[in-house]
Amino acid sequence: MNVEVLDRSAAAPQASSRLMIADGDIHPRPASAKDLYPWLSRQWQEVFETFGSRARQGWEKGSAYPKMQPMASRRDAWPKTGGGPASDLAFLREQLLDLHHIELGIMNPLSPSGQGFQNTDLSIAFTRAVNEWQVACWASQEPRLKASIVVPYEDGAAAAREIRHWAGNKHFAQVLLLSRTAEPLGTRRYWPIYEAAAEAGLPVGIHAFGYGGTPITTSGWASYYCEEMVGHAVCAQAGLTSMVIEGVFERFPGLKVISIEAGVAWAPALMWRLDAQWKKLKAETPHLQKLPSEYLRSQVWWTTQPIEEPEPRERLGEMIDWLGWDRLIFATDYPHWDFDDPAFAFPFRMSEENKRALFRENARQVYGF
Amino acid sequence: MITGPIDCDVHPGVASMEAILPYLDPMWRDMAERRGLDELISISYPSNSPLTVRADWRGKNNRAACTPAELAAQCLEPFGSSIAILNCLYSIQLFFSEDLARGFARAVNDWIRAEWLEKDARLRASILLPTQNVDYAVEEIERLAPDRRFVSVMFLISEETPPGRRAHWPIYAAAARHGLPVSLHAGSSYRNPPSPVGWTSFYTEDYVNQATAFQTGLTSLITEGVFAKLPELKVVMLESGFTWLPGYLWRLTKFWRGTRQELPWVTEPPAHYVREHVRFSLQPFDGPAEPADVERLFTLIDSDELLLFSTDYPHWQFEGTAALPAGLSPALVRRITLDNPLATYARLRETVA
Repeated sequence: MNVEVLDRSAAAPQASSRLMIADGDIHPRPASAKDLYPWLSRQWQEVFETFGSRARQGWEKGSAYPKMQPMASRRDAWPKTGGGPASDLAFLREQLLDLHHIELGIMNPLSPSGQGFQNTDLSIAFTRAVNEWQVACWASQEPRLKASIVVPYEDGAAAAREIRHWAGNKHFAQVLLLSRTAEPLGTRRYWPIYEAAAEAGLPVGIHAFGYGGTPITTSGWASYYCEEMVGHAVCAQAGLTSMVIEGVFERFPGLKVISIEAGVAWAPALMWRLDAQWKKLKAETPHLQKLPSEYLRSQVWWTTQPIEEPEPRERLGEMIDWLGWDRLIFATDYPHWDFDDPAFAFPFRMSEENKRALFRENARQVYGF
Repeated sequence: MITGPIDCDVHPGVASMEAILPYLDPMWRDMAERRGLDELISISYPSNSPLTVRADWRGKNNRAACTPAELAAQCLEPFGSSIAILNCLYSIQLFFSEDLARGFARAVNDWIRAEWLEKDARLRASILLPTQNVDYAVEEIERLAPDRRFVSVMFLISEETPPGRRAHWPIYAAAARHGLPVSLHAGSSYRNPPSPVGWTSFYTEDYVNQATAFQTGLTSLITEGVFAKLPELKVVMLESGFTWLPGYLWRLTKFWRGTRQELPWVTEPPAHYVREHVRFSLQPFDGPAEPADVERLFTLIDSDELLLFSTDYPHWQFEGTAALPAGLSPALVRRITLDNPLATYARLRETVA
């Protein structure tokens, strides 16, 4: 049973990589929602405590599909100071940033973030509080960590206001969305978000998960957590398809999008299919000027965790050759259970140039640090 | 002994509702007329979409072949096909009424038998199932299974509940008992949005997302354990695309390792079940253009047994007779066009092998 943490005290943790690297997906959490209260009015504190987040899922607490681990986290990620995984900056520095030589870590707060709350005004207030908390408790305390602007994305205009509020603040590296929204992410209601992000020079990260309220399969609700986890890849495929076909990339040529925690190996096949089918059906989308794959190859990046693990592992490299090594951003997903260790996630030979691009340079270019 | 390809995904045209009416029970025929029932054409294949009927296959009535003779001229002879499996897309799956679905499934299947199978010995067909009610679906299998020209049973990849769910298992058990592979065809009954992130604006998205439907549908079949329960079961993914298979299986295998606690009946890695039980039709081939890349792709797929030749007639997936992508070795072509279909459809072996 997965209930005990191995005692590794006899051997101090070894630095797993000597390269200074970037990490595109770290999940800080407040020790308690009350940590956010300095930035949340008394009225919203009471609404949140009394009625909850009202996201589009049934359980009051926990997620739609029970995770395989408590809080979906590594069993060794609970800080001795109390609070949940990734709630203690000192311990996060020790267990993640220092150990793995991370010089740039992108924070993606998920639980709670205020994103996907059905009560729009609560979502507006809550996301602001989470943004203030990221700056006050994390980014201003630790220069290696950069924040993501969480936004009340189901209200495009309000989300754009939140982006403009923080535009120019160097603690923020991107705007964060979740992949499972009320409608596909290419639809017009979300365009104010892309407009504001492009204007602020911030990439838009789209992280797997969310609360769209529609099944993760086109044939209805899946039964298992395994299906949900595998399904995040098709949500990302459908989301990018929507953004391409609706014309988001054509309309906002300065927009950069990062697909986070949804996989990498499906991207070449999606591009082949999009190109092949669009060529036949393009009369429907005269607003597109380029092949779908051209938009994706120039405006989209993919974070690597959870990295696919073919046998033999070199095959992943062949798939990345098709996608392009310039499109990848390494990520750990700390403190979650399916964490990728930078020393072990890519156990095959790659050129020094590709290694530098994957672990560092692509991120520095996209996030602008 | 046959030598020409076995075309595993061909769509016979229905000229109009008038063609089906004589095969309906009188009560349903009467109701279809009184209620002014429209033709059973799904938005999965809009009548005038260029993909639905390739331009040079579009006849005077704006449809493709609606008779065996027309089909032979456009779909069998140009490809030298020796056998074609008819998968009728007249969309009985969209009915909300179980009873209407049952009535029309019977009629369409009887029409296929009388108007197609009786008229050209090269034709075989899949039994359309009214899956709105599992008992009715099993009943239809039992009714038609004695006719060995029905070589498969068919429903859509996107229906009301995921295909692996236990409620469907009596269908799989009946199909396996009769040596009939279960074919899941692209398309939706639109009980659920046509993308995993909601209703899409464009047909282009709907069609592209069919590939995601097959990915989640296959996950459902594997995780629910139907292959562990029914070792004889074969499933054929029709018009599914397959170039997504390597990346998909790598991800599924990784998460199967991480979530085996909740799936104790899935005792083998997912690729094992795919190799033993699942096959994919060739078209649409959404792959790389360069033959060398196609060859690499097949290395990643890691099997020469998974693909079944198909033209997907009359859907526009290629030009001329170029149904086989460049870059396949002669040995692989032989497998795809003949060996794999014969290994998949037990009933073909009885009559043509």
